[in-house]
Amino acid sequence: MIEAIKKNRIGPRLVLKSLAVAAVLLPSMVSASGGGAIIQPAGNDVSDIVSLQRGARNFVNYCAGCHSAKYIRFNKLQEDLQLTEEQVTENLMFAARKTDELMEVAMPADDAGRWFGQAPPDLTLVARSRGSDWVYSFLKSFYLDEDAATGVNNLALPNASMPHVLWELQGMQHATFRVTTDANGAEISHFGDPAYFEHFEMVSEGKLSLEEYDQFVRDIVNFLDWAGTPEQLKRQRLGIWVLIFLFVFLIFAYLLKVEIWKDVK
Amino acid sequence: MSSVTESRGSQLLAWIDARFPLSKMMREHATEYYAGKNFNFWYVFGVLAMVVLIIQLITGIFLTMNYKPAAADAFASVEYIMRDVEWGWLIRYMHSTGASAFFIVVYLHMFRGMLYGSYKKPRELLWLIGMLIYLALMAEGFFGYLLPWGQMSYWGAQVIISLFGALPVVGDPLVEWIRGDYNISDITLNRFFALHVIAVPLALVMLVVMHILALHETGSNNPDGIEIKENKGADGIPVDGIAFHPYYTAKDLVAIILFLMAFSAVVFFAPEMGGYFLEHANFEPANMLKTPEHIAPVWYFTPFYAILRAVPNKLGGVILMGGAIFVLFLLPWIDRSKVKSIRYRGWGFKAPLAVFAVSFVALGVLGTLPAEGVYTTLARIFSFLYFGFFLYLFIYTGSEQGKPVPDRLTYHG
Repeated sequence: MIEAIKKNRIGPRLVLKSLAVAAVLLPSMVSASGGGAIIQPAGNDVSDIVSLQRGARNFVNYCAGCHSAKYIRFNKLQEDLQLTEEQVTENLMFAARKTDELMEVAMPADDAGRWFGQAPPDLTLVARSRGSDWVYSFLKSFYLDEDAATGVNNLALPNASMPHVLWELQGMQHATFRVTTDANGAEISHFGDPAYFEHFEMVSEGKLSLEEYDQFVRDIVNFLDWAGTPEQLKRQRLGIWVLIFLFVFLIFAYLLKVEIWKDVK
Repeated sequence: MSSVTESRGSQLLAWIDARFPLSKMMREHATEYYAGKNFNFWYVFGVLAMVVLIIQLITGIFLTMNYKPAAADAFASVEYIMRDVEWGWLIRYMHSTGASAFFIVVYLHMFRGMLYGSYKKPRELLWLIGMLIYLALMAEGFFGYLLPWGQMSYWGAQVIISLFGALPVVGDPLVEWIRGDYNISDITLNRFFALHVIAVPLALVMLVVMHILALHETGSNNPDGIEIKENKGADGIPVDGIAFHPYYTAKDLVAIILFLMAFSAVVFFAPEMGGYFLEHANFEPANMLKTPEHIAPVWYFTPFYAILRAVPNKLGGVILMGGAIFVLFLLPWIDRSKVKSIRYRGWGFKAPLAVFAVSFVALGVLGTLPAEGVYTTLARIFSFLYFGFFLYLFIYTGSEQGKPVPDRLTYHG
């Protein structure tokens, strides 16, 4: 864990650059023959409370060491994820003492900044700013890269300096990139370039099967989806009633209009 | 109700009327304000703009109660509103959706003016006041967009403020004066807050009152572009006119509910509107050390942003962008046609107006895309068409004949 903390650093400019690259290249990649899709649908369901509970547990155990979710209060977690105060206190709170505290990172931001150059970003809104699918794909597309300081690279976030924190669970995978030839017939390697990505293959097995790992990641993404917009289910439920009310109101208003306008000729 | 309370009610009204023109105002602006009976779909956007203004004022007051206009706290205070304040998410989404809704209804309202010549004599001042409202609205949108203090808030403001730097001599000091600092900072945020919640709304409300007073002085135009006041009955009431209340209040209520249904659909089911009403990048806190790869203003500014970027020279772009807005002020004098409504004007007007509308929308789309390659070429073509429309209109309407305009409104009840 300490090792992970030390290595976990995502250069912000890099993040944006690679994001932009991904955004520009994505459409061409999807259509490119033989190319593997980089952004996959997360397929998470925010109304699945059990998945949210698992996601919260996964987040706290694997992410929260370095990443805060500092706009969320533990008691909000308790309320929305249908947990008891005891469950929250014992399983989800490590540094915090009271449930009305925010999910701050245990590591002080000043220190994190000093140690890593830049503190690992807060993740409360990551599913809002980048999308659930992106987070899902990011957590699934670490691959071995000898040239990287962490030993891994990431397809969704090329040259990410975050290590593969979940490698024990997923295992390690190798990525294959298409090789092209130049005018003279010499081969050009495109290793690491998402535009030329072909496929992954597992080189070492993790503790979880492929399906189990997908679900593990999906639960985290689900939790982050909820974390970004915790009001979304309530909002949609209420929205239906608001629209029904307005529709009924509309009928009466229309009849009133017709009645009043009867004498206009 | 007993006659005693009734007479007490009228006694109270008489007491007030002796001291304040309540009944008189009701008559002048509602029950005895006559408007053409043939208003169509295009005539609801004025009242809808009023509805949105009220939504913005009320939700704005409640947002102000919890928002903190400081660089260190602003972003977190918005998330606090979204999560910890009772119904805070609803208030905030209504306000953010309201901002976009305001521009949608105002753009349609302005286009209605172009369709039916509502800016023509005697309504030139009405149009000018309306244009000032539009300017105030743009200022309000711009100042307000900085307040969430996200990445797009910060960098969008950076780009727009820096435009003033293109002005010769005064440019750089002016930019510094606007920001109050060497870059966009806590100071800038604080003053934008003041402008957003006090100065501009005050101006907006006063301008809206003036707009309505001017409208009620000249009387409303209508889809036929006929002055109903010129054809009054023996009772002094325009024969084609109907009282604003109860006729148009009842009709507008239907429009308001339909509008609220669309508005609620966005607020409750798609508050980000695919990143157009709330931009994805704005969910990252402002960071002056990291420039986003692609900075685009919110959609309602993009037509002008596209014109700005279409010009290779920065000062030239700024001038052209300002010109694109300024030229709208001159519309009452650019369009010299005697005929107001598009119904009685030929294809020489209809087709160019359609081209203008398409150009405006196209520029809006282009303004959200990166300025490169074919997009820049397209932006130049549509900018040319945008300005070309006004030049054409001025020349063409000097000798435009139009079709015969009937004496009475066309109304099929």
